[in-house]
Amino acid sequence: MLRPRVIPCLLVKDKGLVKTVGFKDPKYVGDPINAVRIFNEKEVDELMVVEIDATSNGREPDYALIENLASECRMPLCYGGGIRTAAQVERIIALGVEKVALSSALFENPDVVREAGSQVGGQSIVAVLDVRKTKSGYEVFTHNGSKPTGQDPVAMVRKLEQMGAGEIVLNSIDKDGHMKGYDLDLIAQVRAATGLPFTCLGGAGSLEHMSQLVERYGAIGVAAGSLFVFKGVFRAVLINYPNKPAKESIFKAGRAGTGG
Amino acid sequence: MIGIVDYGLGNVKAFANIYHKANMRFVIARGPADLRDVDRVILPGVGAFDQAMGRLTASGMRAPLEELVLGKRAPVIGVCVGLQILMRSSEEGTSPGLGWIDGDVVRFQRPADDAQLRIPHMGWNDVDARNGSALFAGVGADAHFYFLHSYYVRCEREEDVLATTNYSRNFACAVQRGNIFGVQFHPEKSHQFGVRLLKNFGEL
Repeated sequence: MLRPRVIPCLLVKDKGLVKTVGFKDPKYVGDPINAVRIFNEKEVDELMVVEIDATSNGREPDYALIENLASECRMPLCYGGGIRTAAQVERIIALGVEKVALSSALFENPDVVREAGSQVGGQSIVAVLDVRKTKSGYEVFTHNGSKPTGQDPVAMVRKLEQMGAGEIVLNSIDKDGHMKGYDLDLIAQVRAATGLPFTCLGGAGSLEHMSQLVERYGAIGVAAGSLFVFKGVFRAVLINYPNKPAKESIFKAGRAGTGG
Repeated sequence: MIGIVDYGLGNVKAFANIYHKANMRFVIARGPADLRDVDRVILPGVGAFDQAMGRLTASGMRAPLEELVLGKRAPVIGVCVGLQILMRSSEEGTSPGLGWIDGDVVRFQRPADDAQLRIPHMGWNDVDARNGSALFAGVGADAHFYFLHSYYVRCEREEDVLATTNYSRNFACAVQRGNIFGVQFHPEKSHQFGVRLLKNFGEL
């Protein structure tokens, strides 16, 4: 039976690992390669790495870093940040990454989904939607949460599935770093609108928060940043990940097995 | 020596790291000359079907690989799209496949009674291997592997199916016909289960 995926999401800025709160105040938490080595030992399900300053600075992805990460990773790797073209997607996949995450490119150059998909296969194209609650409802933002798109996430995931994307990562800007739980309303609305594998990010502060989603949705992707890099109320930096029994307890909650 | 075929698709280094740690001899093959001392072959793959066939042909390694696999009967294992191109054709593209195994590649369909089925099939799933398979020796009944695909292979001969996985339906997640093997999942990214399988392949 297909299992839920428990996914650390690491943010990279100026080649260092950082963690934000509400997409702001990046705090340095260590070296990305070192973190990957620790996550290897802990046998994580999957890893997501996003360079948060690449698009905002108009920079190319850091290919040297990607190559190092990919050859170090003993688990599937999803990489995002600064990717605009199908040629960039192809190059990153050739470096040994399993999945490539797109955000601003989905709005500025939407053809990239189909073009890149025809080369690397749609299964490897991940659409990341950074969503903030506004007066009129939920809205997708890009450029590290600084640029409104005017797009409703529900309409957007419908479009993305038709365009041939392979996965949706739904990230709540409001909940980011607060560790008080996921935005359950947002997840319920958006997930129901798509048949793509679905991963939730933003707000997880405990394994119970992940269990809530697994209980409701079965084999869903449950991702977190702070939860896997901080420990305790004083947010001491400590790379961590649930051991096998702890993870099984998340899974026990739900047993749907038809993909999240 | 194990030849890891680098035709620009898939995580060649992840395979290399595993064999390096296991002290098993390997070479990353980027052209025909690199295949000289190779006696078993890994065809990795993250990509679309036509792209994979095009890249393999352009690499110049297709003819020497056919000589190795079909002529000298060297063991070969295709991974993910590397498995799919072993078949004759795929719904994903128009290029003919290698046709080393009789069968085709089809897309997952959401069945009427399972409207919740998410496609692609993505994540860790169980693998039910045929008893006595050397490839799965010691892998264990509780083993699970990482999958990332929207298409799966259909073998014409039931006997070519080495293992199955259930995702709304049972499909062939591993195949074998003589010296020719293929797996739909990614052993290079499946922790100790994958390491065991790749070591087994190196020792066949």
